[in-house]
Amino acid sequence: MIHLNAHELFNKIKNKEVSALELTNAFITHSKKTNAVLNSYNLITEEIAINTANRVDKKIATGEKLEIFEGVPIAIKDNICIEDIETTCSSKILEGFKPPYNATIIEKLNAMNMPIIGKTNMDEFAMGSSTETSFYGVSKNPWDISTVPGGSSGGSAVAVASGQAPLSIGSDTGGSIRQPASFCGIVGVKPTYGRISRYGLMAFASSLDQIGPFSKTVEDSAHLLNILCGYDFRDSTSQNVKAEDFTRDLNRSIKGIKVAIPKELYNSSLSKEVKDYYDQLINKLSNEGIIFEEIELPSLKYALSTYYIIAPAEASSNLSRYDGVRYGYRSENANSLIEMMTKSRSEGFGDEVKRRILIGNYVLSSGYYDAYYKKAQQVRTLIKEDYKKAFETYDVILSPTTPTPAFKPGEKTANPLEMYLNDIMTIPVNLAGLPAISIPCGMVNNLPMGLQLTGNVFEESKLLGISNQLEKILCFKLNNSFIEGVL
Amino acid sequence: MSWEVVIGLEIHAQLKTNSKLFCHCSAAFGDTPNTNICPVCTAMPGVLPVLNKKVVDSAIKLGLATNCKINSINEFSRKNYFYPDSPKAYQISQFDKPICLAGYLNIMVNNELRRIDITRIHMEEDAGKLVHQGSDNISGATHSLVDLNRCSVPLLEIVSEPVIRSATEARLYMEKMRQIIRYLDIGDGNMEEGSLRCDANVSIRKRGDIKLGTKTEVKNLNSFKSVEKAINLEIDRQIDILEDGGTIIQETRHYNEATASTTSLRSKEEAHDYRYFPDPDLVPIVIDELWIETIRKELPELPEAIQKRFVNDYNLPTDHSVRLTSIKKLAEDFENAYKNRKNENITPLETANVALKYYDYFLSNNLDFSKSNHASFQIGGLTFLVNTSTVSSSTITSILPDIVNTNYDPIEYVKEKGLAQVSDTGELKSIIQDVIKENPGPAEEIKSGKMQTIGFMMGQIMQKTKGKANPGLANKMLKELLGIS
Ligand SMILES: [Zn+2]
Repeated sequence: MIHLNAHELFNKIKNKEVSALELTNAFITHSKKTNAVLNSYNLITEEIAINTANRVDKKIATGEKLEIFEGVPIAIKDNICIEDIETTCSSKILEGFKPPYNATIIEKLNAMNMPIIGKTNMDEFAMGSSTETSFYGVSKNPWDISTVPGGSSGGSAVAVASGQAPLSIGSDTGGSIRQPASFCGIVGVKPTYGRISRYGLMAFASSLDQIGPFSKTVEDSAHLLNILCGYDFRDSTSQNVKAEDFTRDLNRSIKGIKVAIPKELYNSSLSKEVKDYYDQLINKLSNEGIIFEEIELPSLKYALSTYYIIAPAEASSNLSRYDGVRYGYRSENANSLIEMMTKSRSEGFGDEVKRRILIGNYVLSSGYYDAYYKKAQQVRTLIKEDYKKAFETYDVILSPTTPTPAFKPGEKTANPLEMYLNDIMTIPVNLAGLPAISIPCGMVNNLPMGLQLTGNVFEESKLLGISNQLEKILCFKLNNSFIEGVL
Repeated sequence: MSWEVVIGLEIHAQLKTNSKLFCHCSAAFGDTPNTNICPVCTAMPGVLPVLNKKVVDSAIKLGLATNCKINSINEFSRKNYFYPDSPKAYQISQFDKPICLAGYLNIMVNNELRRIDITRIHMEEDAGKLVHQGSDNISGATHSLVDLNRCSVPLLEIVSEPVIRSATEARLYMEKMRQIIRYLDIGDGNMEEGSLRCDANVSIRKRGDIKLGTKTEVKNLNSFKSVEKAINLEIDRQIDILEDGGTIIQETRHYNEATASTTSLRSKEEAHDYRYFPDPDLVPIVIDELWIETIRKELPELPEAIQKRFVNDYNLPTDHSVRLTSIKKLAEDFENAYKNRKNENITPLETANVALKYYDYFLSNNLDFSKSNHASFQIGGLTFLVNTSTVSSSTITSILPDIVNTNYDPIEYVKEKGLAQVSDTGELKSIIQDVIKENPGPAEEIKSGKMQTIGFMMGQIMQKTKGKANPGLANKMLKELLGIS
């Protein structure tokens, strides 16, 4: 049962084949059992999950109609605030921290009675592509526990791929949902910037961060997006667009759609093996009546450097509040105010976080601001314009989600730049604020690979529709018995 | 050597909006520490700011009242620095796109009009408050307590051009700014409570030089007196250094009111790099013409306009009209008292004199005029009493303590207490005749032309009437009865 998708599980609850409590308990039991190997959870929130499940069962008992995904368990990335539940960003500096409030999306999930199974492991403050920067240690990829699950939302991806939860929530600043979805063989969506309220998401880079879902199928993500999206007055960057049903285009034919493949993403960074794989895949899809054309998005070659100026700049400021004064870790070795702040931060933050804070402070300092931050914002505008032009002609833009399948821990930690390069496909999308999805498309070296589709702003429905059709054509299945074997 | 003083002021005016700049917490002053706080203003992880539009309204009001241009595209930036009174470790402020630009205020200095140019006005949030235990400053304290009630209370920072030429001008400009803030009813403008603050940039140069001298920034000016005093001290300090052949160091100096001296806080080298950048959590605010015009219509009549009107319409002397408009309520109370005058022949000047006397009583006794709800009514009554010679204007001063802050009708009060002047000629005549009879010597002196003795006789009359004799009338009748008029 734990390997069913969210929609199937919801139907089982609705048809009273299983109670919400039984279902929740099954996932909690499996999560507890497998977490020792996978290290995907920082915390399993059994009590609140069971309370929510009981609410659903009571509703069923009184004959009330259930709305979609009521009673379906979900795991939450550990950078999203749940009132009175430890939320740490996988950082020592927030060890033991319990937020006094709920994130907007937690309110929405609570209102939809979706049992929250636990808080998932991640790279510290979402800075990383492998969960290796987590204070609580790396999570394991269920396809091969000697490899990483990707990051930063690694734990959330592992939870869905391994049957610990049918759905999970991640956040995506430069690929942190799509890259682990790709590594773990599941679906991950980064919506348009402003679609989902960021209120309660512990900020990494405010202008890039976006919350999004993980699921086993495109349809499940579409339904979950219906629950998560919407204007929130508490987030000034939240977009006041009309609510829509993201499942409306799921069955629309994709014959004749025009798909752009940007040279900048497709040729440069792929190994021959990966390139050959995608060439053959595109051939296969061309036979289905999809029109592929190679295009140039010239500004994309600056995307990585632009990202590594803007994201650290915003992060350096966003993370300044962790000063040991009001909450979180406070150093015991301090004799003055300055020492208290300095030591709390030096002892509380990990190396990657410190590296990015330093970069951020550098690019914002007077004398360097114009050369770095301001220039990067100008390039960002160019990137947006390149995409905008492409969408005048094309329905979606396609690329691999990652240049390689999952790698081994330690493989890329010695040289941070190599780690950063892993996000080259996903980063431009955040800079442009566009919606994008990663769907599993097959295996390379016995590890799953993902296909990234990028849509125009607020065209999630179209993007999900096309993805749903591709999913049918690609016929990728999670190899459950294999994963069970690994565990 | 002749020196020229160059001063620029940075004024911080706290706004009296109901809620804070970026959250719904109350912005009230003086509440129990840490009761007006929430996840947003205490910078819990994951929270986001939402702009209080009322603050923008207030900023536009002040901008229009100080002749500024209102910027249509407004942006908030982050000013990054670590301190426990700033929980986000950055202050949300405006950097290169402030809401108001290029305005001015006119002040009167020694009866001359001086225009003080305003560079910019911008919106920002206040910091919290630290209370150090066991010492006045953080370095000597055993521990320090943080009160975040004030954190994120809205401020307007008003930056003047370096065109102020003396400490007195600085104080007058500051007072004018407070007057306007109070007229607009956007802030309390109370320096002692800190709702109006000011830092002064001071430099001096040889008269005739074009290049500005090295400036110092003087902080901790907590009263209008301090502003003037501290700037004068700093001018003297700089002149002494330069005349001794020394050089001024660019630094921030702290004014100590108790010792009447300034001490160095930090030099330019130790200055922060605030790493300003546009706050990505807030979107730019676009202020269109409609918004500006709506606010313009809400603007009250400002003191300068009222002064002109008082001079033109009521024929009041400039000095009277300036004093009457020092606060909006006084101008209103005066005008209402005059408009509702109880005698057609009451003049604006009579009313103004009474109004100023009335207001002066509050000032000299440190009473809160803003809470005096019956001022206009009482000023009207008192003016009537003076106009009808029922009481002398000196009597007014003596009855004010009994009636202000009550709803007493002064006319009734005078009746009740029997304070009305004796203006009954029959009664007065018999009293004066008695006095003449009792003082034959002085009476003869006056008859023979020694007019100074009239004072003595008037004193006798006042004694007999317990001061209630109408002095003009008594004087006239005395002369008549002595046959000298
Ligand atoms: Zn608040």
